[in-house]
Amino acid sequence: MSTLTAQKTSFAAVLWDYLTTVDHKKIGKLYLYGGAFFFLLGGLEAVIIRIQLIKPENDFISAGLYNEMITMHGTTMIFFAATPLLLGLMNAIMPLQIGARDVAFPFVNALGFWLFLFGGIMLNVSWLTGGAPDAGWTAYAPLSTTSPGHGVDYYVLGLQLSGAGTLMGGINFLVTIVNMRAPGMTFMRMPLFTWTTFITSVLILFAFPALTVGLFLLMFDRMFGSAFFDTALGGNSIIWQHLFWIFGHPEVYVLILPVFGVFSEIFATFSKKRLFGYTAMVFATILIGFLGFMVWAHHMFTVGMGPVTNSIFAIATMAIAVPTGIKIFNWLLTLWGGNITINSAMLWALAFIPSFTIGGMTGVMVASSVADYQYHDTYFVVAHFHYVIVGGVVFGILAACHYWWPIMFKRVLNEKLGKWAFWNFFIGFHMTFFIQHFLGLMGMPRRYWVFLENQGLDLGNLISSVGALFMSIGVIIFLYNAIYCWFKGDPAPQDPWDARTLEWAVDKSVPYYNFKQLPLVRGLDPLWIEKMEGNGKMTPAEPVGDIHMPHGSILPFLMTVGFFIASFGFIYQTVNDIAYIFLFGGMGLALGCMLVRSLKDDHGYHITKEELEKEAD
Amino acid sequence: MKGWMGKFKVLSLLGLVALFLAACGKENLTALDPKGVGAQKSLDLIIIPTVIMSFVFLVVMVLLVLALIKFRKKKGQKDFIPKQVEGNKTLEVVWTTIPIILLIIIAVPTVIYTFDLADDADASDHLNINVTGNQYWWHFDYEGLEIQTSQDVYIPVNSKVYFNMKSSDVIHSFWVPTLSGKLDVNPENENTFFLDAHEEGVYWGKCAEFCGPSHSLMDFKVVVVSQEEFEQWVADMQNFDPETAEPATDAAAQGRELFNENNCLGCHAIGSSAAAIGPNLTNFGERSRLAGIEEMTKEKLVEWIVNPELIKPGNKMTGKYPEVSQDDAALIAEYLLQLSPSEITTEDAGNGIEQ
Repeated sequence: MSTLTAQKTSFAAVLWDYLTTVDHKKIGKLYLYGGAFFFLLGGLEAVIIRIQLIKPENDFISAGLYNEMITMHGTTMIFFAATPLLLGLMNAIMPLQIGARDVAFPFVNALGFWLFLFGGIMLNVSWLTGGAPDAGWTAYAPLSTTSPGHGVDYYVLGLQLSGAGTLMGGINFLVTIVNMRAPGMTFMRMPLFTWTTFITSVLILFAFPALTVGLFLLMFDRMFGSAFFDTALGGNSIIWQHLFWIFGHPEVYVLILPVFGVFSEIFATFSKKRLFGYTAMVFATILIGFLGFMVWAHHMFTVGMGPVTNSIFAIATMAIAVPTGIKIFNWLLTLWGGNITINSAMLWALAFIPSFTIGGMTGVMVASSVADYQYHDTYFVVAHFHYVIVGGVVFGILAACHYWWPIMFKRVLNEKLGKWAFWNFFIGFHMTFFIQHFLGLMGMPRRYWVFLENQGLDLGNLISSVGALFMSIGVIIFLYNAIYCWFKGDPAPQDPWDARTLEWAVDKSVPYYNFKQLPLVRGLDPLWIEKMEGNGKMTPAEPVGDIHMPHGSILPFLMTVGFFIASFGFIYQTVNDIAYIFLFGGMGLALGCMLVRSLKDDHGYHITKEELEKEAD
Repeated sequence: MKGWMGKFKVLSLLGLVALFLAACGKENLTALDPKGVGAQKSLDLIIIPTVIMSFVFLVVMVLLVLALIKFRKKKGQKDFIPKQVEGNKTLEVVWTTIPIILLIIIAVPTVIYTFDLADDADASDHLNINVTGNQYWWHFDYEGLEIQTSQDVYIPVNSKVYFNMKSSDVIHSFWVPTLSGKLDVNPENENTFFLDAHEEGVYWGKCAEFCGPSHSLMDFKVVVVSQEEFEQWVADMQNFDPETAEPATDAAAQGRELFNENNCLGCHAIGSSAAAIGPNLTNFGERSRLAGIEEMTKEKLVEWIVNPELIKPGNKMTGKYPEVSQDDAALIAEYLLQLSPSEITTEDAGNGIEQ
């Protein structure tokens, strides 16, 4: 089976392989490709926004198109770039870190990816069918319920599809981490990235259902004539804000916690020291995850919830600064006394500390409700969350790419290009967003299509737009680096960073079954322990034996296509009865696939001991 | 001596911060140079956390830079394996406790101010203005005074004025940065807060909750005048009777005919009226801005009447009336621009900051 796939290299064969794959490493790559595509799309939208705001009363794009741009930029970046890029990294790395051969539910894993991808396509199809959603990525009712055209319908169904996919991913990781750790890999020996994946998955499990419910209500209001958010008919539009932020705030931690894990790995590896205060780091992560659910209404200080609610949520929000501070100081102390190598991965990680600290500072500032009456919905908040999401999440994803590229793509990224990309992006980032704190306080609300002349906002906006240019150059250099190394790079050596954790113990060819023999884990940083004791490699926990592997399947893809078709049916049944054909046809396909999956026994296959021994030669 | 130096340093630091903040932005728009109670309280709570957090940032930066200088890989130490430290309980306690203390310093005034600003027990003793947010204009109804205006709201200086706000369509947010922080204008419930300006002037207000294509064009003005001027303004507005007030010129009289013929009154009231489908035009001639944003000139007004869509995309006026020719629009403009019942205008607002 394995040798067969290796021999077929025609394009069609590769395509079929990826359409049917259930291998976590390939799915991880697919997530990365998909996420990168949407990241570029969202970036393009950001550039268009900054061009529109380069001078006062600019008419580069119309008001309606501008609103579509900001909506699509936010939605794309959060749901279709940041989240899937992180899910991709988790998929590619986490099972290796705990010494597993795959995730617990490989089939569901594939389904999760396809749902994400088709959700993203669904959302973007709206550009071609009469206008993208234009109610902001937060889609506040009643603006979203009354938005004309089908834009917001695409938003609802696109997010519903990808949200289901993300939920499946989260459940899958939870089960994987609980059940599939290698012998000796106790919870308190898990690498921080695995820990943050675990907590993130818990957050996904509890946060995404709130979004699903909100989207269902919105869908019924828009497509089936209900009035959950319609004040005139006894509904309440504030409910949407609560549901959205009960999801939306934990989502921020869904994004930031995994990169906290990434940085913990990188700081330890390149300082040649174990992570300072491992236990404190783990509990800080758990605490952040828990508090993340207690603070959603700080997005709503100006809604008029009253002083008691505002005070409670202000204090709860400030409390999150404590575990976050613990993390920052533990990272600094990890560096302290180490033997620090500064390369591209480390540059992103080091730049994260001041950038994210500023984001955290402004986080405490916006938590102060009375001050937030000024910050709220202005460029100050825009600056704040970009410091957290770009300075935190994007820096983290880029650091992780540099760090794990050898495992994921069997190449080491070019250092020189890596540094060029870093400096352009880093300078551009601070140029774009630092000044926006002041723009906000000088009276510029967010989501403004134009700002007027003579309001003292010209220079700040110009600087911000020029910064966006530098960020774009940085991204282009990084892409060039990735493509250059793909074609011209040398194969990566085994364990190029002299790292500490289990994923680096996998053979550099990264076989599809990961570990021929499951490794025996003897402590935190298991590979480092073996290196220090002069073994150089992991001790196996079992003799060479048959390995049980799952079969590939086209069903996840077909199922998703079914839901995708049905989504068009849902959207257009309001205007044309023909759409019911799509609705029932699509649902029929999806449910049919489920039926096949349920009734057809698939026990997978075994790689025999003999095959494994043959491959070793 | 040392204590005095410390105090001096803190004071001069605060002074510098204040100076820096004051230099930021347009005087009647910025939140950094407050002219009202709400904005002042917000600024206090902007400065306190900024100072505290800058201190934290400094500590982080010093540690980071020192670590990088001291512990960067040196040439002779390529293979040096540093001591594998597990952690340090004392340090963990220190960097848990100090942030908690710092946060309490921020949290206490936050809670006090939150309750202060939400206290509306004395609302009935003060002027109340009922605000309706609409796509994309503001309606102001002076409670008990039978005065309605749009876009420009006149209030007296050094006096609490309560705003009871509700939306007629989507959610808006009422924000006059220099006077106070913002409050959302929801379709389901009435939200109340007060403005208390301590300096006369014309302050820019903006809609701060995303409300559609012309969200960025939904500006309004708060005109703060002296107590006497305000009383005079109220009297003038109340005495104005659209039935008896004769247009100043022939052109304006023709404009009035056209205004009636085109059924503009179906949406726009002139004089006190409960109707609020479109902006009340009683004191249109005194407005500081056309449609909240454009310069108030006859040319612009003609442009607006002929096709408002070009100025405010997605507004609710477009297409609601028969086509108006340039010439007719010019006459209507003539009529509207002379609607000026009061001698008190934006120019009386003290420093009269315009633009």
